[in-house]
Amino acid sequence: MQKPADIEQLKKWAKQLRMDVLMMLNKAKSGHTGGSLSAADIVTALYFYKMRHNPKEPKWADRDRFVLSKGHAAPIQYAALARCGYFSPKELTTLRRLGTMLQGHPDMKITPGIDICTGSLGQGLSMANGMALALRLDKRPSRVYALLGDGEVEEGQVWEAAMSSAHYKLDNICAMLDFNGFQIDGAVTDIMNIEPLSEKWKAFGWHVLMIDGHDMEQIIKALDDAETIKGKPTMIIAKTVKGKGVSIFEGKYQYHGVPPSDEELKKSIEELGVSVEGWPLLKILTSNT
Amino acid sequence: MKLLGTREVYGDTLAELGALNKDIVVLDADLSGSTRTSVFAKKFPDRFFNMGVAEADMMGTAAGLASCGKTAFASTFAIFASGRAWEQIRQSIAYPKLNVKIVATHGGITVGEDGASHQALEDIAIMRAIPNMTVIVPCDGIEARSVIHEIVKYNGPVYVRVARAKFPVILPDDYKFTIGKGVVVRDGKDAAVIANGLMVSHAIEAANILGKEGLNIRVINMSTIKPIDRDLIARAAKETGAIVTAEEHSIIGGLGEAVAAVLAEEFPAPMKRIGIQDIFGQSGTADELLPHYKLMPKDIADAVREVITRK
Repeated sequence: MQKPADIEQLKKWAKQLRMDVLMMLNKAKSGHTGGSLSAADIVTALYFYKMRHNPKEPKWADRDRFVLSKGHAAPIQYAALARCGYFSPKELTTLRRLGTMLQGHPDMKITPGIDICTGSLGQGLSMANGMALALRLDKRPSRVYALLGDGEVEEGQVWEAAMSSAHYKLDNICAMLDFNGFQIDGAVTDIMNIEPLSEKWKAFGWHVLMIDGHDMEQIIKALDDAETIKGKPTMIIAKTVKGKGVSIFEGKYQYHGVPPSDEELKKSIEELGVSVEGWPLLKILTSNT
Repeated sequence: MKLLGTREVYGDTLAELGALNKDIVVLDADLSGSTRTSVFAKKFPDRFFNMGVAEADMMGTAAGLASCGKTAFASTFAIFASGRAWEQIRQSIAYPKLNVKIVATHGGITVGEDGASHQALEDIAIMRAIPNMTVIVPCDGIEARSVIHEIVKYNGPVYVRVARAKFPVILPDDYKFTIGKGVVVRDGKDAAVIANGLMVSHAIEAANILGKEGLNIRVINMSTIKPIDRDLIARAAKETGAIVTAEEHSIIGGLGEAVAAVLAEEFPAPMKRIGIQDIFGQSGTADELLPHYKLMPKDIADAVREVITRK
């Protein structure tokens, strides 16, 4: 049996990961702010509550898999991996630098804890299906979690994969959609309307849950509920806010692929209410190492 | 001359290997009857996944299976395998160097009646361009069988092109293919024809024609286009001084250009490329199309005579 979720502790972790993301991106001077922050609570719930995984044994065959199909949110995954102990948080300062283990988009070959390479949108769910088929063939207890972006579902391959998951009755898959409403060029509704989203996934044979993607209790409940659904895959559509957690970034598509400036970072630290003293990592990150 | 279908051999070999290796899984995109993965599907339905007419999804799914330790074979026609799903192959299979074997059938102009939409004449070029990708075109059924055995032993992505048409059998029963090694199938000193696929048998016939004229022509089966056997090419250039390449593929980006690059860097020699001359194909029988696009023994022989004059 899984231990009950400590909601307050999870909220603290989410704050920590948001902080890590902003520090990383500011240091790297490039990367995707908005979509990393909107996924922070979901990623926290997965790594610090739901997933079976072992940072000491990243290739453990019975682990749950995580596919970050919206690979541009890599910083939030890196922060989670570092905080779980897959590698030292010091590595976070090397994001996107030449020779780093933390590539601009996830790379399973060089980053402990990354299960698959992503970055080109629309491909993650197909790979998640392949994993789910293999794990089922081998009768492993593992589940596969995939996080998709909302702009991403404009890719046709997502719907090919959606058909396949349902066709093969992959109830060991739980996909989540970070529905923050924005893509690079603007609001999703303006660029290419993807609604009605819930009806689409249902029509493709999925069990669909709609939640507030920043309400930790709702996230936990949805992840637990998904595990009880048999015979079909589950899609959790999580309504989120792009740039969630820091007001200067919230709801602004302009920060899709723009890192925080020094000034914005300072404001973020104040707003997140974490002092540099209270966060050992900040010392590491803010010093010019 | 005995004929044997490379795709038929593929299907049968896959089914044989499936019995020995439980980690082999097979995917197809609604063409399992044509690609012959149906033979495997009948024997091992639990390890066969028909992905429907969705090549991109098939490649991604194969990648996911491979990431969990499976040896995933993904098959469809060469044009769809290489073209429709190119970026999925690049991102999801080749970049992570996953153990996916893309065995593409219906390569080349000999697809025939279906016409240009179905004739893959660029697949080798675009697969070769991807890092980590091994690219193989067997020359007959004997080699196809050995290729399938060998790529299962190799851990990494491979693209193998087989054909719709049946090819003449030219290799001995005990032939053993090695990834990255070309084979001299007929020795000679006046010029060398480096070929793959169906063109190897045409090259042998060309050598026979030229033999009657007193020319002694070496024929090399270069079934692995990548990694290419540089030593064998350089040696052929040194020892014969004139090179002709022959492939059932565009002269752009395929075997011809791979050989040209080696020659330019290792031992420049006069050369000529036999292949499809940067044009689309059309409907017709294989027997009509091959002479139409100048892929016959006679065409190879003409090219050899021409390069020899430039020695």
